Amino acid sequence: MSTGEAIAAASALDLLALSPPGWGATLLAGLGNSVIIALGAYGLGFAIGLCGAFGKLYGGPITKDLLAVYTTIVRAVPELVLILILFYAFTGLLNQTLLSWGMERVQISPIITGIVVLGVVQGAYQTEVLRGGILAVPAGQIEAARAMGMPSVTLARRITIPLMTANALPGMANLWLNATKDTALLAVIGFSELTKATYQASATTKAFFVFYPAAMALYLLISLTSTFLIGRLEKWARRGQRDVRGQ
Amino acid sequence: MKDFLKPHRIVLILLAAALVAWCALSLNWTWLANPKYQLLIVQGIWRTIWIVVVTMVIGMVLAVPIGLAQAAGPWYVSAPARVFCTVIRGTPLLMQIWLLYYGLGSLFPSIPWIKQSDLWPYLRQAWPYAVVALSLSVAGYEGEVMRGAFKGVPHGQLEAAKAMGMPPFTLLRRIWLPQALQRVLPTLGGETVSQLKSTPLVSTITIMEIYAVTGRIRQDTFIIYEPLLLLAVVYMGLTGLIVLLFRWLEGRRPTRTA
Repeated sequence: MSTGEAIAAASALDLLALSPPGWGATLLAGLGNSVIIALGAYGLGFAIGLCGAFGKLYGGPITKDLLAVYTTIVRAVPELVLILILFYAFTGLLNQTLLSWGMERVQISPIITGIVVLGVVQGAYQTEVLRGGILAVPAGQIEAARAMGMPSVTLARRITIPLMTANALPGMANLWLNATKDTALLAVIGFSELTKATYQASATTKAFFVFYPAAMALYLLISLTSTFLIGRLEKWARRGQRDVRGQ
Repeated sequence: MKDFLKPHRIVLILLAAALVAWCALSLNWTWLANPKYQLLIVQGIWRTIWIVVVTMVIGMVLAVPIGLAQAAGPWYVSAPARVFCTVIRGTPLLMQIWLLYYGLGSLFPSIPWIKQSDLWPYLRQAWPYAVVALSLSVAGYEGEVMRGAFKGVPHGQLEAAKAMGMPPFTLLRRIWLPQALQRVLPTLGGETVSQLKSTPLVSTITIMEIYAVTGRIRQDTFIIYEPLLLLAVVYMGLTGLIVLLFRWLEGRRPTRTA
């Protein structure tokens, strides 16, 4: 390593240092925000998706049609546009209702807005994945439970959901990876998650090829650990199932 | 048709029509009459379509060797291809776009031979970076899909061609690649829709596609919702067009379902 390269490497480490002249702490705070939003949005999306999937399959005709409209629109419009629309609509509607009730205007924390907006988007995709998972459950299992007089909530909790888990996991894993990457879109509405933090750090220091690779490594770290953990989870969910290859 | 028009659905359609009518009448659409904005909107839609078509074509051309390298290449070819796909698929597209535009864009002016080359006038604009970033993204995602498609071609086909003494390149061109592409076609429509939905990201590096155009209209006129609604309708229309186009393409290809 020549001296020039040694200096460059040392300054790269300085730039990534955790204490103030370095930007390491800013990046890690951004990473923390990204993870919190991804987890929150995924959780909210799961609640919406589970209700949506059961609604699409077992709901009344109006529920079915409304859910079809929801999933079609959300999946046809870019996430960035939905984020903008929901961002304005969500804060605007909330403040309007608060004002009409005679209360003060509130400034909603960007984290909550991010979670709600991405959660609504995730909900549409998860509805479809979970619906597919439910459809892949052998009909005889559900019919048998019904024949035994099992109430529908118990049926969902004890038969449908455990049996659909293995079918839905690969799709749900993809959606989790999408959720982590979609948090980057919040950078566009000025929210300081990892991508925005990287942008600020590199715009200030001009060290683009230090911060972007570092942040990309952090995103990769999330996705690779997730992939590993989900692989374990899928193995667990498929316990007791026969291998497709008959082994 | 009779199946579609159930009583509750007629009520829902009427409600939707009422909602559209309310949007058309009580919201502020006066800016649509401005010829300056009309021109911008048409140009923006055209640019969006152009970006989708160009990056899908370049990306698919790159995806074939990347998929082939992963499916059949020796380790020193397949390992880089796999790393490329993992990095592209594991990091946000927005970050890749910004790395290329801000990173390379700040690096190039400091290299004398690039500054003197004929390419420099292009490298000073934003669109080459946008096209490269979006094409690489397609290459990364589709490279993975092509890997599966190449592996999915039945072994007997390749062995039969080899047994007939077909040279490797002819085998790829006449047997392996056409069958792999046929397997990819049904997923390609969905990927094109995804690509359309990625295009607004390039507005962050100053490209005036339809998303950026509505952003500018909103800034100029201080109207918040209406341009966003128009934007959503435009994207839904384009998505519908892509879906129809690929349905037509798939219909042209005779298939035999077992």
